[in-house]
Amino acid sequence: MSPPTPALRHQVIKIYKELLYLGRDYPQGYEFFKTRLHKAFASQKDLADEAKIRAGIKRAEFVKKEIEALYYLKRYRTLRQRYDKA
Amino acid sequence: MSGLRILVPIKRVIDYAVKPRVNRAQTAVETASVKHSMNPFDELSIEEAVRLRERKVPVSEILAWTAGPAKAQDILRTAMAMGADRSIHVVTDEKDASSQLEPLGVAKLLQQVVQSEKTDLVILGKQSIDDDACQTGQMLAGLLGWSQATQASKVDVEGDMVTVTREVDGGVETLKAKLPMVITTDLRLNEPRYASLPNIMKAKKKPLEKKTLKDYEGDFSARLKTVKVTEPPPRKGGVKVEDVDGMISKLKELGAL
Repeated sequence: MSPPTPALRHQVIKIYKELLYLGRDYPQGYEFFKTRLHKAFASQKDLADEAKIRAGIKRAEFVKKEIEALYYLKRYRTLRQRYDKA
Repeated sequence: MSGLRILVPIKRVIDYAVKPRVNRAQTAVETASVKHSMNPFDELSIEEAVRLRERKVPVSEILAWTAGPAKAQDILRTAMAMGADRSIHVVTDEKDASSQLEPLGVAKLLQQVVQSEKTDLVILGKQSIDDDACQTGQMLAGLLGWSQATQASKVDVEGDMVTVTREVDGGVETLKAKLPMVITTDLRLNEPRYASLPNIMKAKKKPLEKKTLKDYEGDFSARLKTVKVTEPPPRKGGVKVEDVDGMISKLKELGAL
């Protein structure tokens, strides 16, 4: 089976790499994150419908935003605890 | 006016999530093989500089600057990934005691950077989370004779007037000053963006200049001597008392009554 569209394939790999990079700072560790991320992508590997793949990429983008927000909030709360509540 | 030239000095510190350990000689905190990242307050200042540009304030250049060991290059890359245009790295030797910088030394260095780069606005983090000195910005403003607004929670630039709002006890204070000036950032100024992988890659193409302390004139050596570094005493657990009499006798025992 050949991939439906090379452009989409490229997008999927790109978002996967970006998520992997984000995972380096994950609170429960990189290994934890990496295996789960890999599983999540592998479970969708049989998607052939273009619209469904696009939806998957959208979901990945959403997860990326959520993780960035998680990192920001975690840091903000820690710093607030340390510096604001004197 | 052709546009603001913003200088953002940053510092590489032990990551906020790492619990620092005192070294065996009790002279400093262990830094070897500990995760480091950019001082969170400095991320706020980079973000603010980038946001000024995005708010269509004429900004001609955002320069990130740091003094530190060779690895401090990474945080300059992060700064450029967030939106700084170029950076200068003053490489210091971690092991060489004569190149250990204190806030005054950094302020003196920055004074020369400001003069050689013709900076109009300096945005610094209010303090670094390792030394917690909270001095560099104020000292720099003093050396330059510029206006300063510390712990800004909102910054507005209009022409050459800058309005800074800061959180003080029981309210907010609004300061107005003319450029050039020094601003230090507070925690609630903005929400720093994440330096994403593609942006980090792009940042590798941005210019990074390497310098040493010898490129600057003056004496930057430390004036303070660290006598001893110890960890805070462990917290003692509390006790539950049965009733009022129990509490009073406990208080008497502790000498509080």
